[in-house]
Amino acid sequence: MIIASQRPKLLASQHLLAVDDISPAEIAALLDLAQTYVVEDSAPSKRNSMLEGQTQVNLFFETSTRTQSSFEIAGKRLGADVMNMAVSTSAMSKGETVLDTAMTINAMRPNFLVVRHQSSGAVELLAQKVSCAVINAGDGQHEHPTQALLDALTIRRRKGAIEGLTIAICGDVMHSRVARSNIHLLNKLGARVRVVAPSTLLPTGIANFGVEVFRTMQEGLADADVVMMLRLQLERMSGSFVPSQREYYRFFGLDDEKLRRAKADALVMHPGPMNRGVEIDSNVADGAQSVIREQVEMGVAVRMAVLDALSRNWQGGVPL
Amino acid sequence: MIFPGFNNASQRKAYVNAQIVAPAQGLNGQGGILIEDGWILAVGPDVTKESQSIGTTIFDCAGMTLIPGLIDMRVFTGEPGTEYRETLATASVAAAAGGVTTMIVMPNTQPVIDDAAIVDFILRRARDTAIVRVAPMAAITRGLSGELMSEIGSLKEAGAVAVTDGTHAVANANLFRRALTYAKDFNMLVVQHVEEPSLSKGVMNASESASRLGLAGNPAMSEVIMLERDIRLVEMTGARYHASQISCAGSLDVIRAAKAKGLPVTCGVSIHHLTLNENDIGAYRTFFKLSPPLRSEADRHALVEGVRDGTIDVIVSSHDPQSADTKRLPFAEAAFGAIGLETLLSAALGLFHNEDMPLGRLVEAMASNPAKILGLETGRLAPGAPADFALVDTNLNWTVKESQLRSRSKNSPLEDCALEGRVVETVIAGRTVYAYAS
Repeated sequence: MIIASQRPKLLASQHLLAVDDISPAEIAALLDLAQTYVVEDSAPSKRNSMLEGQTQVNLFFETSTRTQSSFEIAGKRLGADVMNMAVSTSAMSKGETVLDTAMTINAMRPNFLVVRHQSSGAVELLAQKVSCAVINAGDGQHEHPTQALLDALTIRRRKGAIEGLTIAICGDVMHSRVARSNIHLLNKLGARVRVVAPSTLLPTGIANFGVEVFRTMQEGLADADVVMMLRLQLERMSGSFVPSQREYYRFFGLDDEKLRRAKADALVMHPGPMNRGVEIDSNVADGAQSVIREQVEMGVAVRMAVLDALSRNWQGGVPL
Repeated sequence: MIFPGFNNASQRKAYVNAQIVAPAQGLNGQGGILIEDGWILAVGPDVTKESQSIGTTIFDCAGMTLIPGLIDMRVFTGEPGTEYRETLATASVAAAAGGVTTMIVMPNTQPVIDDAAIVDFILRRARDTAIVRVAPMAAITRGLSGELMSEIGSLKEAGAVAVTDGTHAVANANLFRRALTYAKDFNMLVVQHVEEPSLSKGVMNASESASRLGLAGNPAMSEVIMLERDIRLVEMTGARYHASQISCAGSLDVIRAAKAKGLPVTCGVSIHHLTLNENDIGAYRTFFKLSPPLRSEADRHALVEGVRDGTIDVIVSSHDPQSADTKRLPFAEAAFGAIGLETLLSAALGLFHNEDMPLGRLVEAMASNPAKILGLETGRLAPGAPADFALVDTNLNWTVKESQLRSRSKNSPLEDCALEGRVVETVIAGRTVYAYAS
């Protein structure tokens, strides 16, 4: 077993809460590390004992299938004991607060707490009160840092580098933590980032996020290297932001015709779960340019890298 | 109105050699105040140590500023119903320490102050337990439901100084029109929380900061739209109207236009909105979650200018005690509100020290104007007025410490802030209710 301190430290912070908090150098180091796990993950035996004896608790206040399984597999491949807690069905329904739940779990001395919560800032709040490493697996409409990292890894592997690429993020930017994390991360790595959405789905002041704003797919996708679609988050729509799914698909759904505006070798991405026939056409989702399933594969590697990197900041349960 | 049962001190006392600031009475300079039986006998440069007869207790106030006791037009307590947050008694202790001698309490209690009997309850509880004067505003609509008008006449008769739905806007235009029309017959002031509810489902100002934090925002226009609507209804009905708190530059334009037309319109601003902005929320700090939300720095500047030039009549603390249970939550789930009674004057003195405005302007906004708007006999330094005043050391430096705050709830956005200037003695009806011990 490798002792934590013998591996070089990669991240300055005890936690991974937001892309906004990490430097381009840290991002690059995480991606390099993740790349080594992509290779390991393709071997027949994937078990590594780096985190043996360590406990990882996946604390999901909001239901998730893919992110939670991805973190679970990542932890298990590194040898950690992984426990999943679906809080929406247990303590919270008995009136316990986020902090109480977190402090209860913390008292059981986990090494990692992977947290998803429906409120922006909730993971950061919780991180202030616990003594382990906290990984943000999505907080409200704020950030989803591991998603942005896995997207970057996918792009980097396909395109060689991210710097200079034109990347169009399309759809419900307003309600999307994936969009926010990606905008921050891709900007840090030197991409030209665009957002494409009807104005009702664009957050206030988006132009100051270092993006170019487009209101039509025709303009927004022109000569793009990457087309990143977002889920139309129906469950988050408190009002009526777009008139109908049909109209949305007509103007913002990614089909072959709209995709032709982008470069011929443009990548098509989607964080999942997809609404086929709403924001993306099945032909495109399953087509030659789609790297959607590869994103899922990269997700495991990136999360292994994050667990690995954060574990280097700890020894014997205390921050180094 | 007379505050029932407030015990007046009978002793004759003179506070001399102070800097007296009471611009509404034309006082701004060295002088003293002579009081007896809880009333002011004389005030001004002629009240000196030498001019006093034998038997008068003399207090030398060298280096101190003497101002009328403050009237805070927007105070929430938890009495009745949520006394764990604050009672009239605990709020009054905080008020006294901040130089606030009259608290106007909001009807957002359980039960709601929407009935003459509850107005009476508040006045009697205040008489028995509070150390400052207390008067309630009663609800415009029964149960604050925004649906049925409350008994405005009876509420006034029982001692309510105005009607308001407190933290709720009366959204129904027709109902609000009728309430204004009816209130006018009783010469009752109608106080509105200016916010169009359908545009105000967010948790902070709608801005780039909100987008970065991933929080839903309320646009400033939500306030301006409600204010515009209300002003039209005032024009139609002629009722006396007060916008409880405005928070943005756009609202100032509306108020200026209404005043220029000669409409009976006044407005207030909270001390928080004059001294803080949306960036203070930082990493989801819920003590800065307010309604209306803290706005941009440009809005804050405009509000300061609005107080300076008299467009804004009143500064309030908007004291809203919240327990840790409702604040130690993710930002979107946390309660709105911050305490401020004890720090109101000290925070406002910051505006004086920054040379944003003269001290006299602050005194008008926190004492004489509220008295005028509400028809109170306090808030002024004049012979025949109640002897309510505060002695202030404008240069005394102190730090706000959670453990030392007197309010039962500790949700102060100024926690650990260093402030310059504070009240050193508060006198109500001639009786010292607070004295600073360093």
